Amino acid sequence: MKVLLNHPVREVEVKGPRRVKELLQELSLLPEAVLVVRGDDLVTGDDLLRDEDRVEIRPVMSGG
Amino acid sequence: MRCRKCKERAVLEIPRHHTAFCKTCFTEFVHAQIERAITEEKMFTKTDRVLVAVSGGKDSLSLLDILRKLEYRADAFYVDLGIGEYSRQSKAKVEHFTLTRGIPLYVHELKEDEGAGINDLADLVHRPTCSVCGTLKRYHFNRTAVELGYNVLATGHNLDDEASRLFGNVLHWQTEYLEKQGPTLPASVEGFAKKVKPLFRLAEREIAAYAIVNKIDYIVEECPNSKGAKMLLYKDILNRLESESPGTKQAFYWGFLAKQKSEERTRPSMAEQDQASLRPCATCGQPTTAEICSYCKLMARAKKDGPAPVGS
Repeated sequence: MKVLLNHPVREVEVKGPRRVKELLQELSLLPEAVLVVRGDDLVTGDDLLRDEDRVEIRPVMSGG
Repeated sequence: MRCRKCKERAVLEIPRHHTAFCKTCFTEFVHAQIERAITEEKMFTKTDRVLVAVSGGKDSLSLLDILRKLEYRADAFYVDLGIGEYSRQSKAKVEHFTLTRGIPLYVHELKEDEGAGINDLADLVHRPTCSVCGTLKRYHFNRTAVELGYNVLATGHNLDDEASRLFGNVLHWQTEYLEKQGPTLPASVEGFAKKVKPLFRLAEREIAAYAIVNKIDYIVEECPNSKGAKMLLYKDILNRLESESPGTKQAFYWGFLAKQKSEERTRPSMAEQDQASLRPCATCGQPTTAEICSYCKLMARAKKDGPAPVGS
């Protein structure tokens, strides 16, 4: 699947299927600091992502 | 995962509340948290005029969206800091958001009114950009609210902002700043609007989720000046604690607020302290503890040291 990351914007290819929480672990991302969006929808940790999915990992921290 | 309320597909898990919500129930949860914050902290009522300081980011645009949906009299104010492409994009987001919803928007242009963008001003006065930015924004937020007849100024500070700020202040024992870390600051003297932070009960991740669920088009890009900011480091540390022990951030900040409230009777109120220490700035008339307020001092220094006329 194609995974879009931000800060800086880049795209990585990750083999599916895998759970959202597994994807975050593999990318060393803290679940509390990001949201995962599939298409236009938010997904939770136990949702299964497949090869055909387009996924964005949206950071939630801002400078304050 | 299923929504704890209606059993539809969940879109967000909230470990600190041991719950998960679908789109509809999550939006209701957010609205209820904001209503609770407004009521419990005596922020404002439906008759007050509220000016929301918007940046184009998820927090301030979500706040404006929620206040409007809850039928509060909320309008928007944006300060254009003149930070190249970042400011152009964030301003475009704010303009699109307000225009499509018919919300009045007031804009202050730093380059027009102060004669330079934030980076040039910071260079001129030899101060960190974020510090100059804070001084300028606080000044214009208050001044614009008062001049336009808004009695309340609302900002999009969330639980993570407040917990990380408290963390930084405690780490450095900056106890003098703790007093003003509550979600409601009174309009204690003439020339001050009441300052409120209605998002203080909601985590940053919840606000971002609200913006996505409700299709709010916000700027995801970070301010280029915030790179390496201490506040981001504190947020990261708190997020690590939160992941291991859900509820840490709210226990830290809400616990602090509860402690402050329990001590209220034993010391003078913030309004009494302000009334004793504040007077009008000799240059602009805004309330300040010194003879000249920090904004006017900053602008005087920029004019003195600047190669070109600044703010003239």
